[in-house]
Amino acid sequence: MNPENYIILSGLLFTIGALGVMIRRNAIVVFMSIELMLNAANLAFVSFARINGTLDGQVVAFFVMIVAAAEVVVGLAIIVTIFRTRRSASIDEPNLLKY
Amino acid sequence: MDDVLIAPDIDYLAVAPMIIVGVTAVVGVLVEAFAPRRPRRGIQLVLTFGALIAAFVVLISQAGTRVITGSLAIDGPSLVLQGLILLIAIVSAMLMAERRVDPAGDAFSPRASALPGSEEERVLSTRGFMQTEVWPLMLFAVVGMMLFTAANDLLVMFIALEIMSLPLYLLAGMSRRRRLLSQEAALKYFILGAFSSAFFIFGAAMLYGFSGTISLPGIADALSANPGQTPLIFIGFGLVVIGLLFKVGAVPFHQWVPDVYQGSPSAVTAFMAAAVKVAAFGALLRFLYVAFGGARWDWQPALWIIAIATMLVGSILAITQTDIKRMLAYSSIAQAGFILVGVIAVNPEGVAAVMFYLAAYGFATLGAFAVISLVRQDGGEATHLSNWAGLGKRSPVLALSMSLFMLSFAGIPLTSGFIGKFTVFEAAILADAVPLVIVGVIASIIAAFFYVRVIVLMFFTEPAEVGPTVVLPSVFTTLVLAISVAVTVILGVFPQPVLDLVEQANVFLR
Repeated sequence: MNPENYIILSGLLFTIGALGVMIRRNAIVVFMSIELMLNAANLAFVSFARINGTLDGQVVAFFVMIVAAAEVVVGLAIIVTIFRTRRSASIDEPNLLKY
Repeated sequence: MDDVLIAPDIDYLAVAPMIIVGVTAVVGVLVEAFAPRRPRRGIQLVLTFGALIAAFVVLISQAGTRVITGSLAIDGPSLVLQGLILLIAIVSAMLMAERRVDPAGDAFSPRASALPGSEEERVLSTRGFMQTEVWPLMLFAVVGMMLFTAANDLLVMFIALEIMSLPLYLLAGMSRRRRLLSQEAALKYFILGAFSSAFFIFGAAMLYGFSGTISLPGIADALSANPGQTPLIFIGFGLVVIGLLFKVGAVPFHQWVPDVYQGSPSAVTAFMAAAVKVAAFGALLRFLYVAFGGARWDWQPALWIIAIATMLVGSILAITQTDIKRMLAYSSIAQAGFILVGVIAVNPEGVAAVMFYLAAYGFATLGAFAVISLVRQDGGEATHLSNWAGLGKRSPVLALSMSLFMLSFAGIPLTSGFIGKFTVFEAAILADAVPLVIVGVIASIIAAFFYVRVIVLMFFTEPAEVGPTVVLPSVFTTLVLAISVAVTVILGVFPQPVLDLVEQANVFLR
């Protein structure tokens, strides 16, 4: 199978993730969309590693997974704290900081 | 497979400053876990200051080093910027260590997970609990920043970006006062920061697809070997630059800056405003100069537009602000625009000018936020501009030093800001970017308006009946103020030694 199809798929996943961040209002879903974007980057890295015949891309994918896991730890801590304070995970509701 | 893994040859001395800070951060986490509560703060303070100062001393001893250890480039710009980051970190650690200003303790929530306004929070506060997690978090952020300025491939750059950002997301949410604002700042910073780093890594994937390598010099070689423009290179370059410009706080990626600067504890804001700018501009310079220096004619027009928009939007929106922290946030956006003018120059003078400007801006920012942390009302900070009316009569010394920082931001002669703006504009003129300089001067004039407004407010307005009090700080904040004032004046009156230093260190190794 042509590996370029995977690049197109990863572009689609990245776009879906970016749209999700902009459109969805629940902080957890927004966060999941960001993870989708990171995984789209992983797919692109692995496919390009295959196309280019170098291993760098596969190594990068491992590191991105670890970074994504660390981001989950920090992100969920922040989102859960906000949820406990406001009883809601909407990212539109915290709106004290403006102008 | 008879491939033998060859252990990489690492110049440990060259990366020792980063190792020292990083190992101490890990030790700090262990101290959090095992040390009893009472001596913990003292241990963390010793560890933090010890590590930062030791790293700085080792860095100074490395002054002549120019090596590339695989993914890291320890060259002139990275050494200067790492030193600057360490100095800023030492000064802002003093600001974080202050605990006489707030009657309840230091600037941080005793337990960030406690509900704001709950019984738990009240008990913790009255018993004098203090959070010491901020120290290891800060050290991790410093490691990330130092790595960010030295990263010579896209993977290390991404890892450094995250090591720098993740602790800052948490620190932003740890304020003792106005916890709802602080938590909101953390959420917004986190969501937007993670969004932008996703852009960065996807852009890195595209650049990898184009060049088959993730190292910056490798990308430059691939570019000169295939000058034909493919969509991959456009998408990749654009996305990576978006990720970097977000950290810098350039328009149109600036929306997080005012919210995060206003909501975070002032000590963290000072650290973030000063040090993240240094690190992010270091990475942006290296990415643009090392990987895309040969293709400068293709990206300069785009960055021209961004620099002009950043200078004008930052300056104009700052005029409309009524909160001093938010005003300084928009001012920092405008300053990012001025620094971008130096970045666009793409000459060694530009690199030197950017480094000098970052030093001038960093210390003036630290001082300004130190002043903000001292003007208080009902326990918390009095950040509304109307509260600052007549401050010159209450505390002339404080008002005078705030005026000095404002004049430096505005770029008035005899302050560091003037020399900074002068060198940046000079580098841009050398690169034939005269229109950019004209816009820069116009934006400086607009910006001068709101800086001077603060001075007028402090000295020529009658104070309100029930005004804020100016708290007498301990030795920590006093030192921060003294250092910031000294650096701002010395860099303005006698800048030559520092100018010589940045001119000796203005070439990126590749």
